[in-house]
Amino acid sequence: MTGINFNPQNFHKSQLKFYIFLLPFAIFMAMPIVYIFSTAFKPIYELFAFPPRFFVQQPTLKNFKDLFVFVGYGLPVMKFVINSLIVTALVVFSSVLFSSMAGYILSKKNFKGRKLLFEINKLALMFVPIAVMIPRFLVVTKIGIVDTMFAHVLPMIAIPVGLFLVKQFIDQIPNELIEAAKVDGAGDFYIYTKIIVPLSMPAIATIAILSFQATWNNVETSTLFVNDEIKQTFAFYMATLTNISNSVAAAGIGAAATLIMFLPNLIIFMIMQSRVMSTMSHSGLK
Amino acid sequence: MKALMLKMVQFMKPALNLFNKGETKVVEFLERKNRTTALFLAPYIILFFTFIVVPVVVAFALSFTYFNGIQAPRFNGIDNYLFILTEDEIFMKTILPNTLLFSFIVGPGGYVLSFMLAWVLSQITPKMRTFLALIIYSPSMTAGVAIAVVWRIMFSGDEQGLTNSFLLRLSLINEPLQFLQNPDYLMPIMILVSIWSSMGVGFLAILAGLLNVNKDLYEAAYMDGMRNRLQEIFYITIPSIKKQMLFSAVMSIVGTFSAGAIGVALSGANPTPQNSGQMIINHIEDYGILRSEMGVAAALSVMLLLLILGFSKFFQKILKEDD
Repeated sequence: MTGINFNPQNFHKSQLKFYIFLLPFAIFMAMPIVYIFSTAFKPIYELFAFPPRFFVQQPTLKNFKDLFVFVGYGLPVMKFVINSLIVTALVVFSSVLFSSMAGYILSKKNFKGRKLLFEINKLALMFVPIAVMIPRFLVVTKIGIVDTMFAHVLPMIAIPVGLFLVKQFIDQIPNELIEAAKVDGAGDFYIYTKIIVPLSMPAIATIAILSFQATWNNVETSTLFVNDEIKQTFAFYMATLTNISNSVAAAGIGAAATLIMFLPNLIIFMIMQSRVMSTMSHSGLK
Repeated sequence: MKALMLKMVQFMKPALNLFNKGETKVVEFLERKNRTTALFLAPYIILFFTFIVVPVVVAFALSFTYFNGIQAPRFNGIDNYLFILTEDEIFMKTILPNTLLFSFIVGPGGYVLSFMLAWVLSQITPKMRTFLALIIYSPSMTAGVAIAVVWRIMFSGDEQGLTNSFLLRLSLINEPLQFLQNPDYLMPIMILVSIWSSMGVGFLAILAGLLNVNKDLYEAAYMDGMRNRLQEIFYITIPSIKKQMLFSAVMSIVGTFSAGAIGVALSGANPTPQNSGQMIINHIEDYGILRSEMGVAAALSVMLLLLILGFSKFFQKILKEDD
């Protein structure tokens, strides 16, 4: 047994010790989420049951129905879901487009200030948006997008980690490929759409996921930049819902709402996980 | 709403058109003039500067002023910093110790754990690895709001709460504990919850790095007399994935400091019971929004960003040293 000691293709009983190590962590990680699933489908008498049961006995959709019948600020909950969908779609689309465009330039073009820009972006990996919420609010006010849907979208588009990952990924695309296309008379638009985008799909998928998670779960833009109820997002609505009601009965509705928040994240990640992994292998930071 | 959507579509249209018709006259014009470099960079750079660089610069500038949000800011030197360090009792007594305690446990704890889990995952077969990695990663998807809901249900203060009923049944306690309202329990729960949700992008980066280590390296090292797994980890694995580890460290530091607001979310109160879960982030909100002392809030922001920068640079040093 030398050397080849990782990524085994077949099960061997010597791997059992690894499973024994992983099991308690997997349980710890999964338990709260499984419990949320189960709680979301519990009828009211099971929510009040003592001792509480971990798994639901008689699943019902009542909590989901209640959630959608429930009217916040005189508006149906569906309204907030639609807002969230619009905001998230716009942010994901723009982040993917803008960071891959910028990534291409930073990776493959020589111009003054290229290094500096990438260094600033690298420094911004350490940026914590919530730390500068007040200056951000001042900026949003100054450019006049307070209380508009733009306040949900524009501040979320530039994601330093996204640009960083896509640039690192595009670095792997051989320059010869681009040179050859140039010899054939291709311009930047052609190179970008026909070479860069198809070849950096994994990185693009990763930015899409990162920006989806950041936006779909985001509450800050609603709290700080938008007062108009009709323009709030589902995440924000959910935060207010769970803040008001801390009771057991509300736990069912809260769990149903959490599930709606959580599931899209999970599904998208499951679809794209292999692409994310291949991007992450290029995530090295010097 | 519809009007707004139309407005947005209009806003996006020029960009879309450019890409749909790769060979329109506009494109030709731009390409010929070699302006594409600027054009491709502009959207990201403009947004990046507007919403990331400018706010940081503004925070830095405001931190040297007295600013109440109504009158124009007035320069007052380093008064805000002095105030925080010398006069703000809560900051020195609770906020700073809380933040440091929280970050020293969650940061390194989560980081070491993510390395251990990723390493063990790299030792098992692909299918099971994907499945378990998904489970371990999924808590980090419940960012923000959802986290609080999940754990509030787990730690609900009545006997229907899962943790309470479990402890009651084992007769470890006689009556339900108010986990999230009790200053003694809030911080440990915050730490637990944050570690739970900290296996995010950084964890994936380490795992991906581990799976891409050149297998020949191990072979060669065993030929040269390497004996066991531990040596393998320290002499081959870690040096091979150092860059991913640094990326992961930065992600973990940033994640740790942004998770600071979790105490308020869990207890549902700001300030948290007896300030037991107050962090710098909450303190910024307190000064900036509740008290309109924006200069002080800005000084706190700067201190927080410097703290993050300091930790990250420190890590960079450690990981670079053995080059």
